[in-house]
Amino acid sequence: MTTAARKLDAEQRPAPIGGGLDVARVRADFPILQQRVHGKPLVYLDNAATSQKPRAVIDAIVRYYEGSNANIHRGVHYLSEIATKDYEAARRTAQEFINAPHAHEIIFVRGATEGINLVAQTFGRARVQPGDEVLITAMEHHSNIVPWQILCDEKGAKLRVAPINDQGELLLDEFAKLLGRRTKLAAVTHVSNALGTINPLKRMIELAHAHGVPVAVDGAQAVPHMKVDVQALDCDFYTFSGHKVYGPTGIGVLYGKSALLEAMPPYQGGGDMISSVTFEKTSYNKLPYKFEAGTPDIAGVIGLGAALTYVNGLGIGNIGAHEHDLLVYATQVVSAIPGVRLIGTAKEKAGVLSFVIEGVHPHDIGTILDQEGIAIRTGHHCSQPLMDRFGIPATARASFAAYNTREEVDALVRGIGKVREVFA
Amino acid sequence: MSDLRDLYQDVILEHSKTPRNYRELPAADHKAEGFNPLCGDRFTVYVTLDGDTIRDVSFQGSGCAISKSSASMMTQSVKGKTLAEAEKIFERFHEMVTGHAPAAGNESELGKLTVFSGVSEFPVRVKCATLAWHTLHAALEGKQDAVSTE
Repeated sequence: MTTAARKLDAEQRPAPIGGGLDVARVRADFPILQQRVHGKPLVYLDNAATSQKPRAVIDAIVRYYEGSNANIHRGVHYLSEIATKDYEAARRTAQEFINAPHAHEIIFVRGATEGINLVAQTFGRARVQPGDEVLITAMEHHSNIVPWQILCDEKGAKLRVAPINDQGELLLDEFAKLLGRRTKLAAVTHVSNALGTINPLKRMIELAHAHGVPVAVDGAQAVPHMKVDVQALDCDFYTFSGHKVYGPTGIGVLYGKSALLEAMPPYQGGGDMISSVTFEKTSYNKLPYKFEAGTPDIAGVIGLGAALTYVNGLGIGNIGAHEHDLLVYATQVVSAIPGVRLIGTAKEKAGVLSFVIEGVHPHDIGTILDQEGIAIRTGHHCSQPLMDRFGIPATARASFAAYNTREEVDALVRGIGKVREVFA
Repeated sequence: MSDLRDLYQDVILEHSKTPRNYRELPAADHKAEGFNPLCGDRFTVYVTLDGDTIRDVSFQGSGCAISKSSASMMTQSVKGKTLAEAEKIFERFHEMVTGHAPAAGNESELGKLTVFSGVSEFPVRVKCATLAWHTLHAALEGKQDAVSTE
């Protein structure tokens, strides 16, 4: 999307009265929400898996393919120039969104998973040696466990795991104790996908830096719900997925501090990431292109830019406040249902409500709710070690976004009632 | 709309709450573990053979109502059957839950297992209904690795 178009989009939306969200208007922005599922109005509460996409994002992608599709950075022709301009404008939108100092510190990747793998395979591979340690937490998603296991296996290094309490909160003292002479990197989540816990990230980074340990942050579950400022956090890497913040699938952002990115070897070789190639030697392109080999997902980047612009229009603070209101309400009404136990009751939580029902497997909860038009996630949420920590195989998880309402929480409560009826 | 009661029939709910043959067989001569990585369901199936006949069969593990009741009713239906008969039942069962063949006409082989015919209306639950059967199959084939639905 062009800068002019971005401005227009933002200006067209008057600030809602009282600073809150006009949820009815937000809902009207999402074509998919207008449908019925199994004859019932769709209640979409699987936002931690992926959010729905507003018209502005869908239109930006269509506009690109209909009006300016071309390869970027190389073409001398008109379309290539437009496509390149829009692609780079989205980079600046992402930069501003997380308050990165420089646009060249924004690297487009497929998603948070690729962002973490990139850091592990370049920065991690160069830094971690036999006998060293990588520190993670007990609430990581598999995508912030497995890349480090692969690295540690390859290097003969050790993966250390900072424990959590029964509420699903990180034990900060234990985290601090695990930071040692051999710790070469800490890889931590900002917000837990399965529990909703918001980690005390700034403090964790201070502690790590006091030991000279760089910190890579998985921000997939944070960016859609709260203002993230990578400079205030002073994190060394921060990654998130576009599709969880109202953008398309297959695109995400990795932020890294310039000095670290400059010193890192490339991740993949190919076009766009080089400045010159001979059969004897290749010199790599400057940042961020060194890490963007091959023709990127141009439409995805433009769609992501439109998504972040859309969020700016609503105001991330307004979204967070609305979701918090839903979480507080849902926590109250769902936990009051007999036989229901909440998993993850941290004081600081994003809009995630994980629960189990006595005598009913989460998979069965999911099927019955689906028949009521309610979409939730059931299973281990790609966090098997975390499920083991709570001694359960799986949970049912409702997660909120800007377009959800209290009426939908009420529908969830009625749905759970139906589950209890079937399994009575 | 598919009726929930077609899926969650009373017999199924009853077996999921009180699974039959839910125990370890220490003397089992065939054993396999089955796993659905998508939902985390995990069962171990134990078999003791008497020649070509399944003399005893049991299971243990955790899973949803569909997978657990299916495992429970599977043990009841194959106990005392020959290996060929058990395979035949699995074949018919599989056809039924995947919607490739109606339960009607196959009642003689399927017996009580026809209560699972509603599963065919819920394609994502087919793996739940067949997990124990795949695991039994693996146990009889003598496979060492855990069998996975994926």
